[in-house]
Amino acid sequence: MRAELLARAEAVLEEWVQARGEAPTREAVETFRLLALHRQGARGVPSFNACRETCREIAYHFNLLGEAHSEKTLRMMALLVQHLELFVRGKMEVEGLGEFCCASRPVRQQSAVEEKTHG
Amino acid sequence: MSKYQRVAYYPGCALEGTGHAYNSSTKAVGKALGLELDEVKDWNCCGAMEVKNVDPKVQTYLSSRVMSIAAHEMKASVVMAPCNGCYHNLKKAEYDLAHDAASRETVERISKKAGHETYQAGSLETIHALDWIKDGVGEDELKRRLKNSLKGLKVANYYGCMYTRPRHIFPEKDKGAGSESTSQPHFMDDLLAAAGAENVDFPLKTACCGGAHTLSDSDTSTKLVLNILRAAEAAGADVIATECPTCHSGLEMHQVRAEKALGEKTTVKMLYFTQLLGVALGIGPRKLGIHENVSDGMAALDKVL
Repeated sequence: MRAELLARAEAVLEEWVQARGEAPTREAVETFRLLALHRQGARGVPSFNACRETCREIAYHFNLLGEAHSEKTLRMMALLVQHLELFVRGKMEVEGLGEFCCASRPVRQQSAVEEKTHG
Repeated sequence: MSKYQRVAYYPGCALEGTGHAYNSSTKAVGKALGLELDEVKDWNCCGAMEVKNVDPKVQTYLSSRVMSIAAHEMKASVVMAPCNGCYHNLKKAEYDLAHDAASRETVERISKKAGHETYQAGSLETIHALDWIKDGVGEDELKRRLKNSLKGLKVANYYGCMYTRPRHIFPEKDKGAGSESTSQPHFMDDLLAAAGAENVDFPLKTACCGGAHTLSDSDTSTKLVLNILRAAEAAGADVIATECPTCHSGLEMHQVRAEKALGEKTTVKMLYFTQLLGVALGIGPRKLGIHENVSDGMAALDKVL
């Protein structure tokens, strides 16, 4: 079950990387491909680091479950993966509007330039 | 005497509105701990998300004006902002002014036009309310002043995403023992543990709550918050402690919305960390504004009051 959850998390980040026109990496960071995919996905998009700790927690919970099975830990890992899915999908939806949070990008910069040019 | 004993206080817009209880509880806790606040005169909005999205340099100016008043007019050396958004924006402005000539030029130009002294990077130290209490008083002194232990109260500490991100604007963090961590922040955990609370392992403590989506995509925000609330409950928490008015409002509002829109009910309560510390210091719930919270904080505090 932990492997399925990890694979689900990787699939979410693959989707993000592919949407940005790149091939998802096959490499690993600290033995986790998930962390390598996050690193790849955050390149040039600093606000994507808002899910960095979520990815690290998924890896940590994966390791915990390797030590001993626990329904509580499994449930927490499932919630973490779900959070990653929601975050990335939400981010993909607003990507066209501009960056948010810590790396804010001018949402209306282009339209402001156009207004100045044409107005 | 700690350099944080008396600081310039920048409450920011939210603390005059939805975060009113955070304002009153911060002041009440400071007073009980012998810390003093001098509110920045004629402060303005930090530029928040709205201005930052339209023109980041104007946001830098707006934050710099607050710092200019604190540094030049009030002769303060430290400004404290309890809101993550304000804290983040002041830190970001400080960083931009130190590293970006174009930002310095814009700030100088607008400051001259506005008729006040231009803020120079390095003139002021910006801290959060957590730094103020953790470094201004410390856990030992806090323990000495306790009147009501929070023993038995299980707390999930939620820091939100702007308190530690991006790392480069917080050069004082990640400096080893005694400093705050950007990946695993712990100052709120430390203070509440000193007040007797039992902190639960909470892996979503810095996760996104979807605050930026609230208007454009409310459903995603609601689902993100619901996930945070469920994780806190799965961790066994009675209460989620918050240290930002925007995070706090988001958790409370989307808890209600999750039940109405998605039929998903969660029962964990939200309280500002200053409200929890205030209870531990024997300050009355009304003075701490607990009745102003949307979630019924008193129900969770039954265990300790």
